[in-house]
Amino acid sequence: MTPLVTAPHLDIDALLIDPSKRIIVCTGSGGVGKTTTAAALGVRAAELGRSVCVLTIDPARRLAQAMGLSSLDNTPRLVAGVGKTTELGTGSLHAMMLDMKRTFDEVVEAHADADRAAQILTNPFYQALSSSFAGTQEYMAMEKLGQLRSQADDEGLWDLIIVDTPPSRSALDFLDAPARLGSFLDGRFIRILTAPARGAGRGIGKLAAMGFGIFTGVLSKILGAQVLNDVGTFVAAIDSTFGGFRERAEVTYTLLQDQGTSFIVIAAPEPDALREASYFVERLRHDAMPLAGLVLNRVQPISATSLSSEQAMAAAERLRERDDVPDSRLTADLLDLHAQRMRTWTRQSHLAQRFTSAHPGVAIATVPALAEDVHDLAGLNEIGDLLAARDN
Amino acid sequence: MTSTPSADLNTGRPALWPGVELHVVSGKGGTGKTTVAAALALALARDGKRALLMEVEGRQGIAQLFDVPPLPYEERVVAVAPNGGEVWALAVDAEEALLDYLELFYNLRRAGSALRKMGAVDFVTTIAPGLRDVLLTGKACEVVRRSDKSAIDAYDAVIIDAPPTGRITRFLNVNAEVSGLAKMGPIRNHADLVMSVIASPRTAVHLVTLLEEMPVQETVDGIADLRANDLPVGGIFVNMIRPDIVSEPLNESVEAAAITAALSSVGITSSSINLGQVLIDEGNDHSRRTALQSRELLRIQETGLPVIELPFLTDGVDLGGLYELAQVMTDSGVR
Ligand SMILES: Nc1ncnc2c1ncn2[C@@H]1O[C@H](COP(=O)(O)OP(=O)(O)OP(=O)(O)O)[C@@H](O)[C@H]1O
Ligand SMILES: Nc1ncnc2c1ncn2[C@@H]1O[C@H](COP(=O)(O)OP(=O)(O)OP(=O)(O)O)[C@@H](O)[C@H]1O
Ligand SMILES: [Mg+2]
Ligand SMILES: [Mg+2]
Repeated sequence: MTPLVTAPHLDIDALLIDPSKRIIVCTGSGGVGKTTTAAALGVRAAELGRSVCVLTIDPARRLAQAMGLSSLDNTPRLVAGVGKTTELGTGSLHAMMLDMKRTFDEVVEAHADADRAAQILTNPFYQALSSSFAGTQEYMAMEKLGQLRSQADDEGLWDLIIVDTPPSRSALDFLDAPARLGSFLDGRFIRILTAPARGAGRGIGKLAAMGFGIFTGVLSKILGAQVLNDVGTFVAAIDSTFGGFRERAEVTYTLLQDQGTSFIVIAAPEPDALREASYFVERLRHDAMPLAGLVLNRVQPISATSLSSEQAMAAAERLRERDDVPDSRLTADLLDLHAQRMRTWTRQSHLAQRFTSAHPGVAIATVPALAEDVHDLAGLNEIGDLLAARDN
Repeated sequence: MTSTPSADLNTGRPALWPGVELHVVSGKGGTGKTTVAAALALALARDGKRALLMEVEGRQGIAQLFDVPPLPYEERVVAVAPNGGEVWALAVDAEEALLDYLELFYNLRRAGSALRKMGAVDFVTTIAPGLRDVLLTGKACEVVRRSDKSAIDAYDAVIIDAPPTGRITRFLNVNAEVSGLAKMGPIRNHADLVMSVIASPRTAVHLVTLLEEMPVQETVDGIADLRANDLPVGGIFVNMIRPDIVSEPLNESVEAAAITAALSSVGITSSSINLGQVLIDEGNDHSRRTALQSRELLRIQETGLPVIELPFLTDGVDLGGLYELAQVMTDSGVR
């Protein structure tokens, strides 16, 4: 059978049994199968004998239930019935769902004394920031990864951590959001607001005083004095704890460049998803982050590429004129169906080939589109088998 | 025989959503919100009406779709609707809307500009997304309320290409959001005014979905959430439906040999694979998938809301495709 794309084969099992690999990050644009792939890799790695922790983000409800994640409790739970003992060790799987607000709260609690923490946690602006700032989820996924890794190192718990990334239009958000939040909290306006507290004698003081005057004037007119007060508390509190945040984000970012980390980029065989995958691959190279390869997910399955779309359509047309042949109508329908699948497959093959021409060194694994959603351990096992199969 | 001129000429279907002026289009990411919002604007503008299509996320998706230059913060004609009628478009920007607002109510445009230069507007709308939302929805309500004054720049319908399902309730429920921040004062009053349009029969929130498990689940959850917050739900647009190619059921009695024989009668043979079996397997895979689609469609229909079924456009969505989708909407009673 003709392979969809002629690219180096991404050997999933070789990656999963490599003991030097400690972190695998599954990334890609929205809806391509990041969560499914992360979970399937987790199951497979545990079956190969590794002790694995999978960090999932917003998994589909039934998939979460299948892994025994009924509540969002922000700590890894052992998934029963997964894992084998091999020469690599005693395989096991822990899984968790990220609770971004709780993770943010814990960071605040870790970096501020109790009074200050309480002040921040009840501040309405903090509450808005921690539950809906665009990028908080990415930032907190990164934070949680850092925490899991330290826990793994300190307690010898997991030898492999697999991370899913948040749904986002652009896969790059995972890498960029923490910096965006950082530069926001570090921005000009915050500096102006906090300057008086830092001592008005310095150069920025006069401008700050003036800026603050205008700001207070207009805002109290629109919002009322209480709101202003809240902004002030928020900014002061964040300013004194943020150094800690930023340092930790930097540490985690460095962890991503480590040779013990591998990125798997997931894409659907569609133009938008492959374009995003391309950007991401470029970015990884630029930032010296290790790429394992590309997973092309939900590819049109086809078992007879030798029967072309044109041949099938022509034959269907001829069969429709043959009342003398038994099952002629059904066969004609099936030929039309095959023609349509071949057209889709051919289009996907062109798109994949184009990606490969642009990134010739990038290894690829393909996973066919299953007829039904993946929502139980059997489905994850099946995806794992398909991921590891050598079909391109 | 007499016929009333107001009777609908296109279809006997009763109009969906009579009295609705503000149509909010949401749905899971990537299901076709922007596409559906644009087609809906074309359908609602048809027969000499004026519709305004609003974008609130600064992505210029509308300009791309209609193949026009990036939209400024200014209402512009982007397309002509079937049978006469105009689709206008506007990309709303929270900063600009705030400056408008400061000028309109306080005559404070200069101070507003100074704040913007300092990064203050960006800062405030970032840490208080509720404030940004009230500015965006506030603009939509300002446009809708023009019709109360029979203003010459009024529209028959306003359509928002809105944030996805996960954020839609928060986006629309500005009252609740702002009340956490401002207990009284002008912003609070403004939020009340906005709610008087959004939580009223003048508004309908529509959800776009695909016939797949996750988008359908998000739709069902989204409807419950909107209802729990007393926001008016309109209909469900089921997008990218693929036609069922195999008209006869494939049951066990169908034999690979018979299919192989039918194939060879028109000269299709293979020495290496059992073609009959391959085609049967493909047919079975296809019917499992269509069975899944029908199950999901059933879940959608169980909501009891009007369902508009939109076909998958094999050639992708271009202007012609938008008119095609708009026609399907018209045939389903959108006007
Ligand atoms: N190979 C496959 N065959 C069939 N269905 C699949 C396959 N891979 C994933 N799916 C299904 O596609 C849907 C989306 O997958 P998933 O949730 O893993 O994507 P995601 O990239 O994590 O999405 P998001 O960006 O929203 O987080 C799920 O319903 C999943 O069961
Ligand atoms: N009926 C259809 N047939 C074929 N393709 C479609 C159809 N509707 C939408 N699409 C395509 O699907 C993709 C997503 O559509 P669109 O951008 O409208 O979704 P969206 O929900 O607005 O996405 P986002 O969440 O990114 O804003 C686009 O490439 C669009 O051309
Ligand atoms: Mg996901
Ligand atoms: Mg869109």
